[in-house]
Amino acid sequence: METYIFILFATLAVAAAVGMITSRNTVNSALFLVLNLISVAGIFLLLKAQFLAVIQVLVYGGAIMVLFLFVIMLLNLSDEEQMLSKFSVRYAVGFFLGVIVLSQLLYVIASVTGTLPRIHPEMEAVGTVETIGDALFNIYMLPVLVTAILLTAAVVGALLLAQRNISGKVNK
Amino acid sequence: MQQFLESFLPAGPLVVFVFSIIPLMIILVYALFAIWLERKVAGHIQDRLGPMHTGGWHGWSQTIADLVKMIQKEDIVPAKADRFLFKMAPFIAFAASYAAFVAIPFSSGYIGSMIDVGIFYIVAITSLLSVSIIMAGWASNNKWSLLGAMRTAAQTVSYEVPTVVTILSVIIVTGTLNLMEVTEMQTGNAFLGFLPNWLIFHSPFMVIAFVLFFIASLAEAHRVPFDLPESESELVGGYQTEYSGMRWGLFMLTEYADMLLLSLVGATLFFGGWNSPFGSFMDGPVWGAFWMLLKGMILVFVMMWLRWTLPRLRVDQLMNVCWKYLIPLSFVNLVLIALWEMIF
Repeated sequence: METYIFILFATLAVAAAVGMITSRNTVNSALFLVLNLISVAGIFLLLKAQFLAVIQVLVYGGAIMVLFLFVIMLLNLSDEEQMLSKFSVRYAVGFFLGVIVLSQLLYVIASVTGTLPRIHPEMEAVGTVETIGDALFNIYMLPVLVTAILLTAAVVGALLLAQRNISGKVNK
Repeated sequence: MQQFLESFLPAGPLVVFVFSIIPLMIILVYALFAIWLERKVAGHIQDRLGPMHTGGWHGWSQTIADLVKMIQKEDIVPAKADRFLFKMAPFIAFAASYAAFVAIPFSSGYIGSMIDVGIFYIVAITSLLSVSIIMAGWASNNKWSLLGAMRTAAQTVSYEVPTVVTILSVIIVTGTLNLMEVTEMQTGNAFLGFLPNWLIFHSPFMVIAFVLFFIASLAEAHRVPFDLPESESELVGGYQTEYSGMRWGLFMLTEYADMLLLSLVGATLFFGGWNSPFGSFMDGPVWGAFWMLLKGMILVFVMMWLRWTLPRLRVDQLMNVCWKYLIPLSFVNLVLIALWEMIF
């Protein structure tokens, strides 16, 4: 059962990634990226990393993608133009190298057969909220605090920049 | 619940199907009832009667008649719309809203999934709602839709902050994210001898937390006074301007499902969820479902009541309320609740 769900999510993720790169329309690309991120969240769930999966959906699928879409819509980009179809040596070499990498990847994937490896019971506990909270606030307390200060500084800086552009008061 | 279903249903997949479809049944029946109730509440607050004729008793089947009308309507897609996204958006919206009901404990015997991250999962999955609304607004290829979608996105992203912080302050008290365990903690009648052991009576700051949560959840559900995404007088219909028939109906259903979801979360976090207010009197799995839905419906009724009491905010006022008042207040409240927990 888990194998089939993994195959479903993996195919979705890869297909969405391909769709994101190939679609001409930027908004469609962004929506494909949402699909990709959510499928990856599903794979995290299969790995028993609940917290990571929820964070993936909340931060990337929700908040960041909304901001992405905002910016894309405000920029009002037109559809991308067709790629140059003129033949050149560079494209030929690039295509050749791509084929080599793809065949290597396929070879590696084909050599792994059978079902998914079983998750170690100790690993199952790692993905829970308790373990992550314990690690963050007991072992890595100082790095967390430093990161928090850094983020606050970044927010204050962003506010300052935004304010200067509107009123011009801060600049004087 | 699952064992109960297995006792009379033959096949395993059927059990899973019935088990997972129970909240959908609740939402569908509730939505029909709630839309009728909203009209009645609106009518009585404005000193009129509301729907009276359809179905006989106080027009109870008005919404069913509307539903039949909606199904018969032509499925219109604007010529310049992005067809695929336009058709997909309502379904994704409802899926995001429905997926959140998985972690809601409807009674002591029924919860979709006992995942550890419970409430956190609800917050995460409902944030996909704004993505689907942006999809709808952009795909319609209409200025009103796009403006409505932009407003929705800005509003949802902003009001997520106070919602999450107030939920976090409750989580500090309970120590668990699983809503079933949060409800089980509130069982009993210990506080002052007669008040139920609900979290809202836990400390004075919990009352403040509930008020903040309720205001933020009004904004999350796009209810008046925060219904800017679809304010009729300035944006026609917001992101749903171009939608008609059943696709529009799905957006309507999503909106009402979202109201119920946030009310149920509020009831679980502050008002004891499926616990009876009378201690062990009228307790048990079936009464539990009754109490849970009753508490949810009372909060939904307050939302409807507020709609006819308060005027709509302007966009800048909306952002001011969130960033200048709600967020600082919720953070201060978070610290105070943490201190209360440390001292007592």
